[in-house]
Amino acid sequence: MLSRLLGPIRSTTGTARWLLVAGVAITGVFVLMALLAPWITPTDFAQRSVDGVKLPKLASPSGEHWFGTNDQFYDIFSRVVWGARTALTVIVLSVLFSLVIGVVLGLVSGYVGGWTDRLLVFLTDALYAFPSLLLAIVFSFVLSNALGGGVVAAALSLTVVYIPQYFRVVRNTTVSAREATYVEAARAIGAKDTTIMSRYLFGNVVQSVPVIGTLNAADALATLAGLGFLGFGIQPNEAAEWGYDIERALDDAQAGVWWPAIFPGAAIALLVIGLTLIGEGLNETVNPALRRRRLQEVVMPARGLATSGVAAAGTADGTEGER
Amino acid sequence: MPTKPEATATAVASDSLFDVEELEVHYDLRGGSLARLFGRDTGVVRAVDGVSFQLRRGEVLGLVGESGSGKTTLGRALLGLVRPTSGAVRYHAGQGPVDIATSSNRELRGLRRELQMVFQDPNAALNPSMDIETAVGHPLKIHGIAKGAELRHRVADALERVGLAPAERYMSKYPSDLSGGQKQRAVLARAVILGPELLVADEPISMLDMSVRAKILELMLGLKADLGLTYVYITHDLASAKFFCDRVAIMYLGRIVEIGPTDEIFASPKHPYTKALLAAIPEPDPERMVPRDLPRGEIPDAAKPPMGCHFHPRCPEAVAQCGWESRDLRVLLEEHWTRRDPAAYEREGDLVGSLDKLDTPAKEATLGTGSSAAEVHQLLDRIRGEDPSEPLWSGVEEVVEGPDGVSVRFKAGVDPALRQSDGVEVACIHHPVSVTLEPARGDG
Amino acid sequence: MSVPTTASSGPVVRAEDVRVWYGTERGPVRAVDGVTFDLRPGEILGLVGESGCGKSTLGRGLLGLLPDGAKMDGALEFRGENLLTLSKRELAERRGVDLGMIFQEPLTRLNPLMRISEHFRETLRTHEPGLSKAEMDRRALDVLRRMGIPPTRYRSYPHEFSGGMRQRLMIALALVLRPAFVVADEPTTALDVLVEAQIIRILHDLRREFETSLLLITHNLGIVAEACDRVAVMYAGEIVEIGDARQVFSDPQHPYTRELLRSTISLSTTGLHYIPGAPPDLVEPPPACKFHPRCPDAMQVCATRWPAPVQLPAGSRAQCWAAEERNRLIRLTEDERRPLERRELSVADEA
Ligand SMILES: Nc1ncnc2c1ncn2[C@@H]1O[C@H](COP(=O)(O)OP(=O)(O)OP(=O)(O)O)[C@@H](O)[C@H]1O
Ligand SMILES: Nc1ncnc2c1ncn2[C@@H]1O[C@H](COP(=O)(O)OP(=O)(O)OP(=O)(O)O)[C@@H](O)[C@H]1O
Ligand code: SF4
Ligand SMILES: [Mg+2]
Ligand SMILES: [Mg+2]
Repeated sequence: MLSRLLGPIRSTTGTARWLLVAGVAITGVFVLMALLAPWITPTDFAQRSVDGVKLPKLASPSGEHWFGTNDQFYDIFSRVVWGARTALTVIVLSVLFSLVIGVVLGLVSGYVGGWTDRLLVFLTDALYAFPSLLLAIVFSFVLSNALGGGVVAAALSLTVVYIPQYFRVVRNTTVSAREATYVEAARAIGAKDTTIMSRYLFGNVVQSVPVIGTLNAADALATLAGLGFLGFGIQPNEAAEWGYDIERALDDAQAGVWWPAIFPGAAIALLVIGLTLIGEGLNETVNPALRRRRLQEVVMPARGLATSGVAAAGTADGTEGER
Repeated sequence: MPTKPEATATAVASDSLFDVEELEVHYDLRGGSLARLFGRDTGVVRAVDGVSFQLRRGEVLGLVGESGSGKTTLGRALLGLVRPTSGAVRYHAGQGPVDIATSSNRELRGLRRELQMVFQDPNAALNPSMDIETAVGHPLKIHGIAKGAELRHRVADALERVGLAPAERYMSKYPSDLSGGQKQRAVLARAVILGPELLVADEPISMLDMSVRAKILELMLGLKADLGLTYVYITHDLASAKFFCDRVAIMYLGRIVEIGPTDEIFASPKHPYTKALLAAIPEPDPERMVPRDLPRGEIPDAAKPPMGCHFHPRCPEAVAQCGWESRDLRVLLEEHWTRRDPAAYEREGDLVGSLDKLDTPAKEATLGTGSSAAEVHQLLDRIRGEDPSEPLWSGVEEVVEGPDGVSVRFKAGVDPALRQSDGVEVACIHHPVSVTLEPARGDG
Repeated sequence: MSVPTTASSGPVVRAEDVRVWYGTERGPVRAVDGVTFDLRPGEILGLVGESGCGKSTLGRGLLGLLPDGAKMDGALEFRGENLLTLSKRELAERRGVDLGMIFQEPLTRLNPLMRISEHFRETLRTHEPGLSKAEMDRRALDVLRRMGIPPTRYRSYPHEFSGGMRQRLMIALALVLRPAFVVADEPTTALDVLVEAQIIRILHDLRREFETSLLLITHNLGIVAEACDRVAVMYAGEIVEIGDARQVFSDPQHPYTRELLRSTISLSTTGLHYIPGAPPDLVEPPPACKFHPRCPDAMQVCATRWPAPVQLPAGSRAQCWAAEERNRLIRLTEDERRPLERRELSVADEA
């Protein structure tokens, strides 16, 4: 099963392959940063002093503080690295949540049809029509009251934003797959509705989901940073978050202190690019319409005798019909 | 080479496996979204429209007819895959008779062990993301009959039984790795793995290449002999039905128009539609030349079937009582114009006016306007004069000139029911010859 | 069936040693591999064979409709003019006027937003500029009438027609330009028996009304027997037998023709018969006679030397050692004549 899914990726060529490789490389760096954060950073994400010595405020980049420090006495390099951990955790959680919920709802809605379907389509369409940042703000506001301003709350408020996308795609493919002969065949051998959904439809309707997932991941990162920038996202004492750091750095940037803003900003841009590259690469691989088959040159061996008459026709490999 | 096993015809036990009575399956027509929004009635397709027959244990019954005649729908109704609108599908199971038409979904799921289906398109009948072993073994798993090594063993047996040997070579393959014929074999393996009583085979060979067809038919004959199956063989190909079936039912627009023993029907077809189908088969036999009188036109819309006998508009043997109506007049005029030059069409078309009002089925049709009535009448007389043998004219009661134009009134028609005639049952006014005509189903 | 050939005119189409290969990652697919035939004016030639043997490829190749990545060589003459040296544009100009094509699925070829009348006018306008509108309509209505489509439907849209009528529309559209040569690729496969019979009848009557030569590609041997003057049997990219349809069907010379006829299920079928195995992979076709792995008559020579096509006394042309031997056109040695012991063919080799 897995090898079948990976098959098209291994067979990628040209642009698609380069997109994928570049995307995976960039994203990989951030994943490493996130995993190794405690060991590669000089300080914790919310640490103002090392061994009792207070860190300087707004120190410019140096050998000691590679990216400098910011107005809160934090080491910016540490903040960026820890921020990668936050960003990736939120992205993974929110993509996972919205994927699971969206796929299950889409499958059920498409298969069951009728009023359930209409209601769910209406609800998700309404969600989809909402500007995503606004929606995230509303939900993070609601959720932070219930769950506090942590990583999970942020992930959940993003989840709501992306459910409609999975739902739509899965529901629409399910509606057409439901009419397929193999679904009727499954009913003919006595399969229950739940079996049909899980064993016959699921595998065939989720094929485009990974692509949406990676494309959404990039979008989720931007939305998360937006939330932080506006002060709605993760609270500063809970985790390091790039958007929040940029917001803090804005005033200083106007005064010519560039480093507190530039490094988190670059981190956001790079990770968005990395994730988008993966998404586009996958899209080209999975979506055959976008893939262009390379034309293969045909070399025809010349015929022995091109004179008239049927008897001159030889075999294709050049050996003549002798007698 | 294997030949058709004569034994089956004689060994048929007379006890019936299925009794189908007055079965109707209607599909709601999906009108435009606007029509649905306003809850307007968008009509129904009478896919199966009052069908009764008996299926005997151990026989092969062929359902033959053109596209859209309701063969697949009837087959699905036998298995409870589609809910009948009315009628009964009595299945004489081992534990007593059950009416499939009214069984609950749970009861039906249990019955699926005994009733199986093979589909027309082998490329679509297997889940593309399920390997052959899982697909073929799934029925056993669903019904909790086998698992683990036992399951694997039985799957291997089934695969080898349908010719996919050695089974190991196919078990881990996916449908996309197999050819059409191999897929159809896998579908057959999945269908017989539960040891069913009935197999509904919906055009099992029509999508296959001609050189594979004989192999699959041979396999099906072998399976039948081994497992004591009863087949319903759905096809539009009379030649394979003739070879494969003990009895055939010819379907037209949701009804059975002729049913009886294969030999009888092929030796002396009675219904004009059966005759037409037989005449239309191109035979690779240089001694048989291009046939003759093909019925005109195509199978009509099942949502608005013709009045009277559904076949009458195309029937070369139709007579006055066959149910002539307004739409037939439209066809007649259009046919007339295909023989005239454009100038004449222009003139006559203007005279007659729009034909769209003839599209609503009615026993009276009005053409032209009050002022042109006399000319239209003359035109009709002229057309009639060109071909007085056209059966439509026999069904015309009278043609009268009125203030709105010429009105053509048709005689009342009959809708012939299936009647016994020389060992077969036929739904045609001409059969049986001796019976006096009585309206079986009035057509209003 | 007599062919109304005027004694003076030569063949409309003359194909000699035509090859069409497709490029793939696995190497060239030899879809058409040395095909030679003539088509006389007003003649219908049936082209039959199992799936994948190159029928459509040949049909498209004749009209220059091959996809990118296909390569064609040999000699192909249309009324004495070499089509293979024409540029793409010149060929496109010939298409329609001289060369027509009828496809299998008519709905995808008709523009759903254009009325039938507009389809005809556009076709006529592109290929015969200068016709007046009235003249165009007259021409269109004339062909439609012959196809049995009433003038009342002239202003309808494609979706308002039934499948059979659409196929007749396609034929009418191909014929309105009065091409001398038409390729019909399985024109009736999607249709019902009765409608199929109607269309076959129409195709059969074509030559009388339009003097059109037709290459009729089909799976259905019955159609060939009924509608065609001559038949060409294709196997693995080669025409293995070609000749008068009645003659080929009543006395097939090539074992493949014979087996194909035997394995067709017809009304007179009393026993099932089939050709074991499947057509070969055209990237690596078998050497010598391509049919030898499946041929019941195969001899040693069949696996080692390629049989050239020869004219047989019966009238048809076939490429088969057994046929030559049987007709005493050749003397094979004892060794060459020895039957080939055949590898057991299983379902695994099935199409
Ligand atoms: N699910 C459906 N919804 C609505 N109409 C349907 C449905 N299935 C079939 N029909 C209609 O019912 C009629 C009978 O269809 P059915 O598929 O039973 O015919 P068939 O004889 O099997 O034809 P074919 O040879 O094309 O398979 C047709 O007019 C068809 O359009
Ligand atoms: N564009 C293509 N690229 C590569 N191979 C092709 C292409 N088109 C066809 N082929 C191969 O060429 C061979 C001949 O194909 P073709 O469509 O001409 O067969 P056919 O006789 O028309 O078959 P059918 O009866 O199924 O229509 C096949 O093996 C097919 O796989
Ligand atoms: S009743 Fe018989 S003769 Fe009359 S139309 Fe029907 S089939 Fe034809
Ligand atoms: Mg069907
Ligand atoms: Mg083809």
